[in-house]
This record gives sequence, structure tokens and C-alpha cells, in this order.
Amino acid sequence: MDLSAISPALLVASLMVAATPLLLAALGELVVERAGVLNLGVEGMMICGAICGFAAAVATGSPALGFAAAAAGGAALSLLFALLTQVLLSNQVATGLALTLFGLGLSSLLGQGYVGIKPPATARLDLGPLSDVPFLGRALLSHDPVVYLALALTLAVGLVLSRTRAGRSLRAVGENHDAAHALGLHVVAIRTGAIAFGGAMAGMGGAYLSLVRVPQWTEGMTAGAGWIALAIVVFASWRAGRVLLGAYLFGGVTVLQLNLQAAGAAIPVEVLSMSPYIATIVVLVAMSSRRRRATAPASLGATFHATG
Amino acid sequence: MIRLVKRPAPSRAWAWATPLLAVALTVAAGAAMFWALGSDPVAAIRTIFLDPLFDPRYASYSRPQLLVKAAPLVLIAVGLALGFRAGVWNIGAEGQYIMGALFGAGAGLALYPAETRAVFPLMVAAGALGGWAWAMIPAILRTRFGTNEILVSLLLVYVAENLLASMAVGPMRNPEGGGFPGSRNLSRWDAAANGELVAGTGLHWGVVANGELVAGTGLHWGVVAATLAVIAAYVLLHRHIRGVHIRLSGNAPRAARFAGIGPDRLVVFCLGVSGALAGLAGLFEVAGPAGQITIDFNVGYGFTAIIVAFLGRLHPVGIVFAGLLMALTYIGGELASFTLGIPAAAIQAFQGMLLFFLLAVDILVAYRPVLSLGRKAT
Repeated sequence: MDLSAISPALLVASLMVAATPLLLAALGELVVERAGVLNLGVEGMMICGAICGFAAAVATGSPALGFAAAAAGGAALSLLFALLTQVLLSNQVATGLALTLFGLGLSSLLGQGYVGIKPPATARLDLGPLSDVPFLGRALLSHDPVVYLALALTLAVGLVLSRTRAGRSLRAVGENHDAAHALGLHVVAIRTGAIAFGGAMAGMGGAYLSLVRVPQWTEGMTAGAGWIALAIVVFASWRAGRVLLGAYLFGGVTVLQLNLQAAGAAIPVEVLSMSPYIATIVVLVAMSSRRRRATAPASLGATFHATG
Repeated sequence: MIRLVKRPAPSRAWAWATPLLAVALTVAAGAAMFWALGSDPVAAIRTIFLDPLFDPRYASYSRPQLLVKAAPLVLIAVGLALGFRAGVWNIGAEGQYIMGALFGAGAGLALYPAETRAVFPLMVAAGALGGWAWAMIPAILRTRFGTNEILVSLLLVYVAENLLASMAVGPMRNPEGGGFPGSRNLSRWDAAANGELVAGTGLHWGVVANGELVAGTGLHWGVVAATLAVIAAYVLLHRHIRGVHIRLSGNAPRAARFAGIGPDRLVVFCLGVSGALAGLAGLFEVAGPAGQITIDFNVGYGFTAIIVAFLGRLHPVGIVFAGLLMALTYIGGELASFTLGIPAAAIQAFQGMLLFFLLAVDILVAYRPVLSLGRKAT
């Protein structure tokens, strides 16, 4: 095994790329869960975003339009979830699973003609001489715009949730929907908005996989990234800053195992490939031990019906 | 505008009618989807739902396939439904199914080429053990540390898939297979085969390798196990105190706690049973229809079984009908992709749609839609 082949600057750079889809999807789910809704359909929305974004980018030649289409596709799918859970009062766990199963089927249906095609390249942000700074330039300052967009969105979500009136309303709905309703907040509308935001973010996360990270379309290409995003929200104790930490941590595990595979480590490939999932489980266990258990939004997963 | 008013008690009539309504809506939406894909919607629906049963060209092949495909779905769904009723969400049955196949096939391959009747029963026990052990991981993490069993059981599917791949190219690879991935073919080894039972020429157990209990029916040991599981689950839920505990914990968790029902023991029980049944399904599949451990051995029965469990209203008898219907969509889907060129993925979307419609119309059981004019509900 030749570890010297692994360059630290490239490692950090690929870590940021690997973490971005997780960060986008987990941020979206964070907002959804803070509004008191558990949407287990992240995987389904991500993979639909992956194919919607891919198809739109191939058709128009513009990755930016691809990401917009992915956000729209993810949001459209999530509104189906909103209709079922908010209007038709269905069980959120079952509906989220349905969304994932349907999304996986729908995406492979939509992706029929797109296997083996290369998408248009997403341009890197040109920061001029800054990108030539040794190490830092290579590791942090020569990425595509979406990487920085995800970081900016982390800050924005954190600030909106903690500092603004809208954020407070959203959290009130998530903590106690009956009290929020009594205060005159429109519980269903706020939750539907949060769900749509979560869908759009998951869709963009999926498109990042198919347009930048991989970049091509294959069936089932999200390979559990949506579930890892859900785990990151728990890991983050429902806080935006920690979502960033979680996403970069899992991105790091993924990149490290890929690099070890490439370097020909004496560990079987399958053991390396399963390591991100095992790491996720280990972190979930550590976070859920009684001493450290963070409190989830109190109304998480509960159905709301204003009995008139 | 339409308002929803809660019924004093859930409607029994709608509880029966909603699965049928959901199927009808799915057929309608599916027809629209096939039309959008450029196929004749009427022909597509007929090919999926009627031709496998009634068309003389396909029925002789398709009818036995119905039992072959329904058996694993029912076996897994019955176990999952117990947990879903108790509020224990095992969604990693796919992983337990893989582990059952790996344990069972491993036990069998270790004894190759013994020709004794003990091989197959030993494999069955090992298969159940494999599925059970894999389900015990989320069970113990939930009861010891309070870790969410939904995420852990699901993430373990990906771990199991990687284990499957490493076994197929590593320790379980057929030494006489010319270096190709994949194990020895168990269905061609009489002592280990889960063949069709009761065939014309009786061999061990009255089983013909690659045959059926009654030749040409698809009746293999998995069907027997699924039938037994349905009966056992029915008795458990309706005639046994543990069934009362399961139903109470799902409907009124607080009341269950006050009644002294230990939630931990129920979690271990529900995950254990569903894991063991999923493991059995995997073993019967690897020793019969699939025949061998390969990289792509699992085809999603563990996930489809979730739909089957809900479509059957989490009731053992309902699950039998749901499992048969879902098996029909698999067979009909293959037929439709063969004769009409409808992509196989369309069937997967179709199955997902069914669960959506089911959850959507479920509201009619507990709520009554009321048309109120002019006045806004307060």
C-alpha cells in the first residue's frame, strides 16, 4: 500500500465535494424536522433530483438549470408527501417510506435513456490568484459554486431558525402544534412550506451527485445517501452548525475509504465500502446514549388535525 | 369546502373497502402512466393483471410463479406487520433476507457434497438464525441505547449487500466455477435443494430437485413456511396475550406502559420474529428459485414486503391476498416488458404508487369528509 499517493490537499478538496450532497439534503431535512415533520423520503427525493437535474442539464447544456430542475423535482415529490401527511393525515413514517420506494422506481423510469451519457461540466468558481495559493487554494478555494452555496445555506438556515420571526414560528409549530395553532399560526401551511424546502434541498443534493460528484446517471446511484442525511440530522441534535460538522465527517469517511481502495490497502474492498454505513450506525449509537441524548422537536412525527 | 370530521369509531366497512379502492385508483393512475410512456393502457393493464393467469400461452409458466414470488413477500410481510402494529419499524428486512440466505447457504456449502436428509433442515435453521441475528443488532441498540431502529435496520441493508458481494467473490465462490463470482448451485444438489414438493417421481422428502411439491404448482417449502407463519401470526394476534400487548403498544403506547408491558421485550420480540422470517425467506430463495449466492441475489422483496404489509392492513389474512396481488404485478410486469416493451422500472413505480394511494384513502376509515358551504371551519 502506498499512502504517499494520497495528497492532503486533494483529500480535503474531495472531502468537501463528497460532503456537499449530504449537507444539502441534511439541511433540508433539518428544517422539515424542526417544523415537527419526519420525512423518511429523503432518499427518494434525492434520487429523483439526481435524474431531473441530469436530464435538464443534458437537455439545456446548463448545469445551473439542471440544479434548478432538480430542486423543482424534489419539491414536487415532497408536496405529494405534504398532501398525504398534512391534508390526508397519513402516518408520516409509512408515507416517507412510500416516497422513497416510489422515488426509486420513478427515477429509474425517467432515467431510461440517460445511462452512459456525460453531463455538461459544472464550472469551477474562478477566484483568480486565490486559487493558486499553495494547499489552501487547492483544498478550499477551487470548487464549483454549489459547494459554497451549501456552506452559505448552512449559515442562512442557522440564522433564520434562531434569529428571525419566521424561524421562531417554524420552531413553535415543531415543538407544540396545538399551542402554535392556538396562537394563530397556520400549522399546515408552515409545515407544507418546510416540506417543500426539504424536498428542493434533497433534490439539489441528488443533482450534485449526478452532475458533479460521479458525474453520470446510474440507477440507485444515491446508495443510501438520503438515509445518511437523516442520520446526520440526529447526529447534529437538530442544529444547523452541527449538520455541517456531521456532513463533513461522513464525507471524510467516504473519501478516506475510497482513497484507501485506490491505494490498494490490505483491507477487502467490501469492508471499505460498508464503512460509511457502519460509521453512521456507530455515531447514531453514541449520540443516542442517555447522557448525551438531545431533545428532538417535541411534535416530531405527530399528526396535526385542527378539530373545529 | 370539504371538512374532515373524526368518526366516533373507525369504520369497519371502509377498513375493508380502502385497499380495494387504492388498487382501483392505482390501476387508473398506472394506465395513465403507461399511456404517457406511449403504450396502449388497456393492453398494459390486461397484460399485467389478467394474462399471467388466464392467457393459455403464459398461464402454465406464470401460475406457478405466483406462489414462488408470493411466498417470500408474505413470509416477510407477516413478520413486519407484527412490528408495525406495535410501533416497531423494521425496514431493513432486505438485509435480514440477505443474511438468512448467506447463513443458510453457508451451512449447506460447509457440508457439500454430503447426501443426507439433515442438510436442508440444518440450512433452514441457519437461515432463520442469520436473519434473527441481523435483526438483533437494531433491537439491542434500540433497547440498550435508545438508537432509532428505523435508521439502523435500513443502514444494515447496505452492510449486508457488501457482505453478500464479498461472499459471492470470496469464501462462497464455486471452486469449480471457473473463477466466476457466485456459489455452487444449491438447487442442483438434492440434499440442499428447496425444490418443488410432491412431484411425480419421489426422491428425498418427496422432492424433486428443481421440482415442486406438486409438479407445476410452484409449491416449495417457502410456501409451506409462509402458510404456517400466517396461521401462527393470526393466532398470536387474536388468541394470545402477546398479541394483545402488540396491538395495545401500537394503539396506545402510554396505556401499554401503565399496564406494565415492557416496551423493550416487545422490540426484541418483533424485530426477532420479523428478522427470522425474512431470513427464512432468503434461505428458501437461495436454495430454490435463485439457486445460488450471487452478487445481485437480492431483488428488493424486503422493501416490497413493506407495501404488502400495509396493503394487507397489517392483518395476516389480508397479507396473503396482498402478497398474491403484488406477486402478480411482478410476473405481469415481466410479461409486459417482454411483450409490450414497458420498462421494468415502471412496475416499481407502479408498486410505490399503490402504497401512496393506500395511505391517501386510509383517512376514510377514521374520518368522514363533510361538505360545508360558505362557512370556514374553525
